[in-house]
Amino acid sequence: MPADLATAPHDRLDQELSGLDQLELSTVAHRQASLRIWSALWPKLFAVGLVLAVWQFVVWREWKPRFVLPSPADVGSVMWDDLFTAELWRAVGHTMRRALVGFAVSLLIGGAVGIAVTRSRVMRVAVGSMITGLQTMPSIAWFPLAILLFQISEQAILFVVVLGAAPSIANGIISGVDSVPPILRRVGHTLGARGLVLYREVVIPAAMPTVLTGLKQGWAFSWRSLMAGELLVLIPGTTSLGARLQFAREFSDAEGLIASMAVIFVIGVLVDSLVFGQIERRVLTSRGLRTDAH
Amino acid sequence: MTIVVEPDRQGVPATTQPGRDIAAPAVRIAGVSKRFGVGRNAVLALDRVSLDVERGEFLCIVGASGCGKSTLLNLVAGLDAATVGSVAVQGRVALMFQEAALLPWRTAAQNVELALKLRKVPRADRREQALDLLSLVRLQDFADRRPHELSGGMRQRVALARALGQGADVLLMDEPFGALDAITRDVLHDEVERVAFEQHLTTIFVTHNVREAARLGDRIVLLSSRPGRVAATFGVPVERPRRIESPEVSAIAADVTVRLREEVRRHAG
Repeated sequence: MPADLATAPHDRLDQELSGLDQLELSTVAHRQASLRIWSALWPKLFAVGLVLAVWQFVVWREWKPRFVLPSPADVGSVMWDDLFTAELWRAVGHTMRRALVGFAVSLLIGGAVGIAVTRSRVMRVAVGSMITGLQTMPSIAWFPLAILLFQISEQAILFVVVLGAAPSIANGIISGVDSVPPILRRVGHTLGARGLVLYREVVIPAAMPTVLTGLKQGWAFSWRSLMAGELLVLIPGTTSLGARLQFAREFSDAEGLIASMAVIFVIGVLVDSLVFGQIERRVLTSRGLRTDAH
Repeated sequence: MTIVVEPDRQGVPATTQPGRDIAAPAVRIAGVSKRFGVGRNAVLALDRVSLDVERGEFLCIVGASGCGKSTLLNLVAGLDAATVGSVAVQGRVALMFQEAALLPWRTAAQNVELALKLRKVPRADRREQALDLLSLVRLQDFADRRPHELSGGMRQRVALARALGQGADVLLMDEPFGALDAITRDVLHDEVERVAFEQHLTTIFVTHNVREAARLGDRIVLLSSRPGRVAATFGVPVERPRRIESPEVSAIAADVTVRLREEVRRHAG
């Protein structure tokens, strides 16, 4: 092979490469931040407005008496007043503490089971389908047993919350690890990554988007189980969002009831979009997996 | 061209060829057979393949489907073991695929840095070395882009930089440009040729594009299919720089194609 090869057509090749690079690169302009936020926000506001309008319409038609189905304005004013009571915030605090503890325990248990299943063929055969079965089981069906086992206690609620969330988390980890493209494992292997290093550098980051979906679903399930639990397992002397719902019903306080429901809804949405949504957004954007980026 | 002679892993005695400062061949494939499965279902992928690749040589392997090209590369890369025979490689091996297979959560530079990290290059030196390697494939301006922000050809160049980051002496390429458009492929031929010679790499380039083989190779090995055997070897006595459309390259490609078609016809019903 001639030695002068490396030097002769350099400039031409240089230009060709950089020409191709420029042509291939996308020329999508990034939109302004304020515009981006607005375009994400207005459909949501519109949806909320639509729901309120339908509600108001039903109230005007006097389908049900006002003390059963109050108007959005009535509920809104009760909610506004509630916001300045320690009572509401104590309930929110208690419920959130249960949710966080429940989710953390689910994360530990679901994580451990998920990792064990991905590491061992026997475990996969033994518990793989059981996890999916558990995931489809309505968590409210666990409450009678939970109450038998733990009586009316925090543990009973925790038990059901964990049973609701842990299978989703485990499943997310399992399908995340299963969905790692074989080519990436292979490339990790050729780069010299083995065992734990292969996991740290390739498998875990590659599985992350699916694992996150599992976590998000786990949160949704734990939040639902928790609300069911707070309605059924009323611990004397404690307040919670579920307990407020139950008391509001007993006192036929429709405004308070719907106001509490709204709080539950808002917390669910906020955690989903602010916590999980942000993490997911970051993970997906960095990999070019978001279609609505820019 | 200075070449450091490393001790042969397989213990084959190093021989010096007159007129070249080269000892043992960079890759020696000696009587290699590879069988997959057992008993009735066993498939013989490679049958007594023997092949020496000289240091600094650019060897192209062509063949129809089922000729065991990828199996052969896996054996040389040490990802799989031969059923019979031996594979001896001098120095480090890097493998490139049809897909660039960059890690999508890492930037171009970070992908190269991973190769350095797994080679135990100290953290403080990684970034700088990665940028050097990227400028070798002229992607220094795209170091902080993620793979999805790069074109297919650029990704393959990052993969090439990563392979160099492995400290490769022997570069194995498994149809690396198969998925690229023709213009990009032509330019990358020039590019990979330049990098291979500048870096004194020994290259084994697998392709089913005969013209590509004639454009790039010092030698072309034609493998037969099912099982894979060395059916013919062609020298490519064409001066570099070459153009893929030049009459000399076309003539050799035509020769190889005639032989390849013969091989394919052997499998007709």
